[in-house]
Amino acid sequence: MVGIIDYKTGNLKSVENALYRAGVEYTVTADSMILRSCSHIILPGVGDAGWAMKRIAETGIAETIPTLTQPVMGICLGMQIMCSYSEEGETPCLGIFPNRIGRIPEKGAGPERIKVPHIGWNSVRCSDRELFDGIRQDEYFYFVHSYCADVNEYAAGVTFYGTEFGSLLRRDNFIGCQFHPEKSGTAGERLLENFLKMK
Amino acid sequence: MYAKRIIPCLDIRDGKTVKGINFKGITSVGDPVEMARRYSEQMADELVFLDISATLEGRKTFASLVERISREINIPFTVGGGVSSVEDADILLQAGADKISINSAAVKNPQLICELKEKFGSQFIVVAIDAKKVNGEYIVTTHGGSRFTERKLYEWAVEAEKLGAGEILFTSMDCDGTKQGYDCQAYTELARLVNIPIIASGGAGSIDDIVELLSHEPGADAALAASIFHYGSVTIPELKKVLKDKNIPVRI
Repeated sequence: MVGIIDYKTGNLKSVENALYRAGVEYTVTADSMILRSCSHIILPGVGDAGWAMKRIAETGIAETIPTLTQPVMGICLGMQIMCSYSEEGETPCLGIFPNRIGRIPEKGAGPERIKVPHIGWNSVRCSDRELFDGIRQDEYFYFVHSYCADVNEYAAGVTFYGTEFGSLLRRDNFIGCQFHPEKSGTAGERLLENFLKMK
Repeated sequence: MYAKRIIPCLDIRDGKTVKGINFKGITSVGDPVEMARRYSEQMADELVFLDISATLEGRKTFASLVERISREINIPFTVGGGVSSVEDADILLQAGADKISINSAAVKNPQLICELKEKFGSQFIVVAIDAKKVNGEYIVTTHGGSRFTERKLYEWAVEAEKLGAGEILFTSMDCDGTKQGYDCQAYTELARLVNIPIIASGGAGSIDDIVELLSHEPGADAALAASIFHYGSVTIPELKKVLKDKNIPVRI
């Protein structure tokens, strides 16, 4: 059973639908006991980091998440709040990844302005063979975000958008995707399958 | 590498995909979920579904169609057509839409863009603009191109960005349905004025038209088209191959 963490951030539907298409049983819950009994856990998220951390605190699972021992995948804002700090609303986050989340700079390396939010398909260069099993290097995934993680040793995948940022993070059993695997066609489906195969 | 997007657009009436020319003369072209599945398999980057039902019954059918699409399709999709309040948007987002597009209602009440931004965030809001040239200047129209407004295209696009639009979808009513190519200059001008992605619509008749559109820098970030895909005169794989050969970054 896969647990989707419910902290009332709204639209969980696309993640639920991806699990439905993968033929996987899932439950949507904020109950620590139930979460601990799940084989895999997904932390989705849409919206604002400050607001999301407040919701997480209110549901009483802020302490639980970093102590989970099964594979945990944060998606988009879910990944961002697994980092140490977000510039968005100057928000201290869960600290699972030591990365910091900053706004995508509107001036990139070139002369052209970088459009923010970063909306659309971009490629991911990934060094994690387990996550990218069956996925070619520089495969495209779907992104929608205005903030991004810096690149450090936990950046298993990087993406270039005016600047290089950590698009796929990994620390032991914790995985963070800045992109939306549930909206990234067959490559996204494969990444989710690879995650669901992890023990 | 950030890719340019190819977006088939499906006009929906009473649960079926339809296609009209210059917003008139409508014919049915197929089941939306089947078409959406085929397009996503062919590596369409995104889909747009516009509800052009005239009745309340048709609107309800559309919301349940959105639910089916989100269940079965693994790429992002935008829905629009008659969205005129936060409640309308909420119903469609709850049904699983990734973004909503607003058009006439935003022109009538620009504050709606702000309200939607507050509630859902900019990334959910596509402001669609239909404009038609009058004395060489694009004037914004509403209600499927049937009513002229006081607004000018470029000023309205800039205002929409300020109010919180995440993307602009501009349809040139002069080009729409003609298959004579997009108005590339207009998209370059828009791209200079706003710093959010621009989706181009209206005029695609061939692969060359889309190559031409996406060759302009600055210019459109995405090409939207309907009939060339629906009737199979252009397939997405052949289009993307040509784009790639021309060094335009695409997901292939």
